[in-house]
Amino acid sequence: MTFINGLKCRECGREYSKRAIAGCEECFAPLEVDYDYDAISRVLSREVISARPNNLWRYRELLPLEREPAVGLASGGTPLIRAERLGRVLGIRDLYIKNDSVNSPTLSFKDRVTAVAINKALEFGLEAVGCASTGNLANSVAASAASAGLPAYILIPHNLELNKIIATSIYGAQVITVRGNYDDVNRLCAELAERYPWGFVNVNLRPFYGEGSKTFGYEIAEQLGWRAPAAIVVPMAGGSLITKIHKGLKELERLGLLEEVGTRLFGAQAEGCNPITSAVKRGSTEIKPVKPATIAKSLAIGNPADGYHAARLIAQTRGWADDASDEEVAAGIQLLAETEGIFAESAGGVTIAVTKKLIEQGRINTDDLTVIAITGNGLKTPDAVKLPKPICIEPKIDHFDRVASGLAATV
Amino acid sequence: MSIKLTIPTALRKITRDADVVEAEPGTVREIIASLDESFHGFGSRICEDEDKLRRFINIYVDGEDIRFLDNLSTRVRDGAELAIVLAIAGG
Repeated sequence: MTFINGLKCRECGREYSKRAIAGCEECFAPLEVDYDYDAISRVLSREVISARPNNLWRYRELLPLEREPAVGLASGGTPLIRAERLGRVLGIRDLYIKNDSVNSPTLSFKDRVTAVAINKALEFGLEAVGCASTGNLANSVAASAASAGLPAYILIPHNLELNKIIATSIYGAQVITVRGNYDDVNRLCAELAERYPWGFVNVNLRPFYGEGSKTFGYEIAEQLGWRAPAAIVVPMAGGSLITKIHKGLKELERLGLLEEVGTRLFGAQAEGCNPITSAVKRGSTEIKPVKPATIAKSLAIGNPADGYHAARLIAQTRGWADDASDEEVAAGIQLLAETEGIFAESAGGVTIAVTKKLIEQGRINTDDLTVIAITGNGLKTPDAVKLPKPICIEPKIDHFDRVASGLAATV
Repeated sequence: MSIKLTIPTALRKITRDADVVEAEPGTVREIIASLDESFHGFGSRICEDEDKLRRFINIYVDGEDIRFLDNLSTRVRDGAELAIVLAIAGG
């Protein structure tokens, strides 16, 4: 049973049939999946959802598949953790971490979008898939394509972290590094999608792909006991995730599964790539592209396609946005690890650092139920943190004793 | 010599299915105006007004986004390649 009417332009409302398509052919804006919410509300309830397995397919009526999913079956269902120790450091009582650094199969929130996109590629009978990526999407598309038996062509900037390249190539994907930054890679990918009859997940599968991100929001609400948080802090690269979390919460409200959603959206970027936070701080929705220079490479999109929509929703929900320097990003990664035992990638450091600022600025109140979105795993970006070398000793008890008594330097 | 402009699928109804069209050198604004004469409606499809591209479309001159150059006043030299590309998602 399907609940999808078709696709609809987010800006001009023009309707399209369900197919692989990059954007509105009239005004070029992104397309949204148009669901039959009345029909969904008749079959979906809190009880129905709660009785299903703990993965993103428990919300399947709100995802744009028309067949049973064949891959990504374990994606989603990640922990929401009460972060008391981090909350104490930041001076906030009701703090939670939504931890997609342990998502399946590739340890980032991109497993949510890929789960939808690769299944959609199979439904459309596409012979290969591809994407432009800052790393996490590359890992995820390569892994899911492998499990679907589809060839994958992955385009990445030439200077991407080694671990992210290894974690893509291992799946047998054709990895192509492109001389240039992500925005150059993305432009090339958009042009290739015009020439090759494949499913480029962030181009012609984009209307479907983005829907996977909604499950990040559904899960937060369900895990809070069917409550929407007062505030949520989300890292922004292209700007899509924050908008889809909001869409997910509003859908649950529309279906009567949540009371009125008053969640304020807070966006986080790196200082060296802050086109969306700059717009928000100017009180504008006009995105001025930048040339990225940041250790948070997964967020290094200087020309964010959903930036306008993200900035608009941040303003609409009375949220805010801020950015963090490379040093603050490294400190943020370390703070999260040392207080909550979660090793996040550089984007997580950005989000922690920005949350700290937002609380200090009084933009997030100390009694706001706040969720921080952690979207990727620290093992992918080990170079983002500089740690002291471990102490080396002989295999002798007295050597260890000296370490334990704080005399390490004399060993 | 002339300059070559790559046209995305969404605009090919206007360019009578051509995926590449040619134009004489000039500023991006002049090139769009001249193409609007050959392909009626071309200008209004990609520009909100004379001074502004539509929000979800980007123009590149030899691979560089014109917003990093001189926007619609960017001079396009003979032999250059222009591309009109939809803004797309990423990560």
